[in-house]
Amino acid sequence: MIMAELFSSIATYTFLQNAIIAAVLASIVCGITGTFVVVKKITFISGGIAHAVLGGVGIAFYLSMPPIIGAFIFAILAAITIGLVKLKANQHENTVISALWAMGMAIGVIFMYLTPGYSTDLLSYLFGNILMVSSTNLYILAGLNVFIILIVLVFYRQFVAITYDEEQARLRGLPVNFLYILLLCIIALTIVVLIQIVGIILVIALLSLPAAIAGLYTKTLHAMMFSAIGLGMVFTLSGIAISFSLNIPTGATIIIICGLVFLIAINISRFIYKKN
Amino acid sequence: MTDKKNNPIIILDMVDFSYNGEPVLEDITIEIDSNDFVAILGPNGAGKTTLIKLLLGFLKPGKGKISILGKTPIKARKYIGYVPQYSTFDKDYPIHVIDIVKMNTLTANSFFLSYKKEVTETAFSLLEKLEIQTLAYRNFHELSGGQKQRVLIARALINEPKILLLDEPTASVDATMEKDIYDTLKMLNENTTILLITHDVGFVSSYVNKICCLNRFASMHSVAELTGKSLFDIYSESSKFLQHHCNL
Repeated sequence: MIMAELFSSIATYTFLQNAIIAAVLASIVCGITGTFVVVKKITFISGGIAHAVLGGVGIAFYLSMPPIIGAFIFAILAAITIGLVKLKANQHENTVISALWAMGMAIGVIFMYLTPGYSTDLLSYLFGNILMVSSTNLYILAGLNVFIILIVLVFYRQFVAITYDEEQARLRGLPVNFLYILLLCIIALTIVVLIQIVGIILVIALLSLPAAIAGLYTKTLHAMMFSAIGLGMVFTLSGIAISFSLNIPTGATIIIICGLVFLIAINISRFIYKKN
Repeated sequence: MTDKKNNPIIILDMVDFSYNGEPVLEDITIEIDSNDFVAILGPNGAGKTTLIKLLLGFLKPGKGKISILGKTPIKARKYIGYVPQYSTFDKDYPIHVIDIVKMNTLTANSFFLSYKKEVTETAFSLLEKLEIQTLAYRNFHELSGGQKQRVLIARALINEPKILLLDEPTASVDATMEKDIYDTLKMLNENTTILLITHDVGFVSSYVNKICCLNRFASMHSVAELTGKSLFDIYSESSKFLQHHCNL
């Protein structure tokens, strides 16, 4: 009954169709990039990039620019800055990342305060609003998808090398610093895509949990990526369906599904591990 | 084969290194000849890891000069196969053994997904040489310590290094496996210079031709010259000497 209602709504409403396309696009990049984030254990760095994005969104609002442009610029700036901090400063790097994280958000808050008549847009950037993804944004998301996939295809083996054994990659003469910052930029672009779905506050869960679950049962990196893409689609699409049926926020619903499946999966894998 | 004795391929000349003013290595003067098999022995904190990092060019000496094949350590990197301790590897990383070996052939111009056919063939023949070909499609973290060590040796060998540098290759493997690994290294020693770092005296004596005792200072011993003495004696005398020398 509910399903029938949902399908007829999808056929009727463009915003639901857009939401579904956005969810599929997000799941693809999320699975690819999230896998690198999980195996390289850089969720904290990714969190720093994600939160710094609010600064760009705030400034974009203030200048009456499309917020996604501000998000894009700040995400890339944050990725490069954090990458350089990580590569150059051996000490206090976590403190520096926390500072950038908080300063990005603070800049966002101040510019939003200065913007006359700001309102619900701030909330939709903090918590996401997949039901408000415009057709223009869909084109941007599709473009980012193509770009991210292309870069990962070109540098796949080198990314694997620096995420698996950075020291050996350096000995072999790979451009480790360049590759590391490029990877962070790819993460930044993915975050811009995912923020459309779940918002800044929840983005790290969507970026890391599908890949973390996939990592529990896959034996190669590409298998982990494909699994994570599949899981991401299941989580985002079922999140849209459930939130639409119950009339609750979509982003939060998606994250709760991700989190619950992750907790169940990690307990099952521990159980199997103990048995063996 | 040409005799390259008295033609050292690794030279450390009066090398000093300190971390934040705290001396770790002092006055290290060592020469290692082509096809030597050298054990660098020393207790924890003796500066063994620092010495490796200096040889690999990850650290620069405060004073003194390091020359490998007549080049600086960074320029000599392509001639060195480095085998780190397997315990430093992330056990959650999903990767097949064969891909770890092939990965070491990557250069800055290795784009897209696939390796050349020759690379895969070479990787398999190395796994065969080290008797682990059946593990090619297993996950690295499922292997035993000795098997992991062999994978990392295969990875280092794929670039046909002139020098093989191993960091505690027998740490946390049992005695049988330890002997197997030393036998394998002895086989490789026929055309490769080998330096290995270890903190246990054990088996190593019957395989190496030189021993470098390290404890901030270094003293080099040739096994052949020291007949009648067990390695343990050399080591304990040397460490007494070093302790005396360091006023420890």
